[in-house]
Amino acid sequence: MARPSWISQAARIAWKDLHIEGRSREVVYTMGFLAALVVLVFSFAFISGQEVTVGPNVIAGILWVAVLFSGTVALSRSFDRERESEAIRSLLLSPVPRSAIYMGKLAATAAVMLFVELLLAPLLAALFSAAIVPHALWLGLLLLLGTIGFCAVGVIFSAALLRSRSRDALLGALLFPIVIPVLLAASRATACLLDPSVADLDSAFFWTRFLAALDVVFVVVGLWSFEPVVIGD
Amino acid sequence: MPRPRRASQVRPMSDRVLRLVNVGKTFGRQRALADVSLAFLPGQVAAVLGPNGAGKSTLLALLSTLSQPSQGRITLGDKDLSSHSQLRATIGYVGHEPGVYGDLSARQNLRLFASLYGIASADSRIDEMLARVGLDGVRREAAARTFSRGMLQRLALARALLHQPEILLFDEPGSALDPAGAAWLAGELQRERAGGRLVVLVTHDLTAAAAVATHLVVLRRGRVACDETAADFSSDQVRAIYEEATRGQA
Repeated sequence: MARPSWISQAARIAWKDLHIEGRSREVVYTMGFLAALVVLVFSFAFISGQEVTVGPNVIAGILWVAVLFSGTVALSRSFDRERESEAIRSLLLSPVPRSAIYMGKLAATAAVMLFVELLLAPLLAALFSAAIVPHALWLGLLLLLGTIGFCAVGVIFSAALLRSRSRDALLGALLFPIVIPVLLAASRATACLLDPSVADLDSAFFWTRFLAALDVVFVVVGLWSFEPVVIGD
Repeated sequence: MPRPRRASQVRPMSDRVLRLVNVGKTFGRQRALADVSLAFLPGQVAAVLGPNGAGKSTLLALLSTLSQPSQGRITLGDKDLSSHSQLRATIGYVGHEPGVYGDLSARQNLRLFASLYGIASADSRIDEMLARVGLDGVRREAAARTFSRGMLQRLALARALLHQPEILLFDEPGSALDPAGAAWLAGELQRERAGGRLVVLVTHDLTAAAAVATHLVVLRRGRVACDETAADFSSDQVRAIYEEATRGQA
């Protein structure tokens, strides 16, 4: 037997999750519905008649609150398929490095979240007249970095709560305090990009770099801590 | 069912001994195993028996590398089982739960695990395994969640055998199987016995153990109460050994 590379094993695990999600679409639909609901509730609160009264800070906040809540749904489901029928045992018994399992789960969860965010951003732009087009690529990069940071921590907690009966309630309570720096950096950078009056984007650049640094730290910690967490010995 | 070959006639698949030396396992202050020293020889079918809470499943978790011993060491040949992750590829495991993805078909499940194990000519191996467990006639796209309990256990065995493991671990695989499923499983155990693979079977079913075992281990309160080998055991012998070893157990 030729040993597959670490990357190809991680990719196979991610592909498996995406393949199953492509069939059922249950996480995408649930996430999409929740994210749209959050945005709509905020739009009812902030928009009266034709007048849009919210600034870029609030729009950025709404975007990341929607990402936070809908992403928690994705994370809470990320190990459900492993828990059913104890498939996690088969995965852990295979010679795949546990760090590759982590990376595969992270990649698949982030991909599903990004797909929903790609639908969410135009909805936000339409409802709040947010200027997402001038810095669309940068905004896309922020969504990518923010999602990676969120998932890097979330996959660890989701794995840790694999056998907990109250995992859905605990996930948010444990996850939210840890991802505050990610949300802070992402929402600050997003607000700068959405503000047409800001010509100097140094601040956005700073928060983007800060977010990238957080991602590196969270992913490295995740790679290192996944095995003891998921084995739970 | 073909009469099994005697243990002495079986040619082992490998020459590596699975050995536990003074192995202990504690969970917090709870002791699950203490001072367990055993040697499982290649080609043996070892039945691990014992009352509930005796440490059978803990022993299997240690042998499968899913848990690490708190004391002692487990070796396969001259290699420490816990420090060589590639040794996981020499182990196949069939438990109470099938350990497969319900959203994938039988073939997709096997293809996934074949790719994770790096199996060459995966398609022909998958066809061979599906035929062996009698799932080759199942609709190709049928998700595993639509399978009966017996079909899931067949798929679990196919998954466990896919990479041709040196050691096959069974954790009460017959629980919740109907009589037909249990008979099929007994036949597969006989086949494994004849094939020369090291099989460790954890079970409460003394008759099933007697049908295949060439090595009998009885655990009692986390310790080895009996460790016997023979070419064959009769049901009466197994029952007598078990009762003697567990006498006085609450």
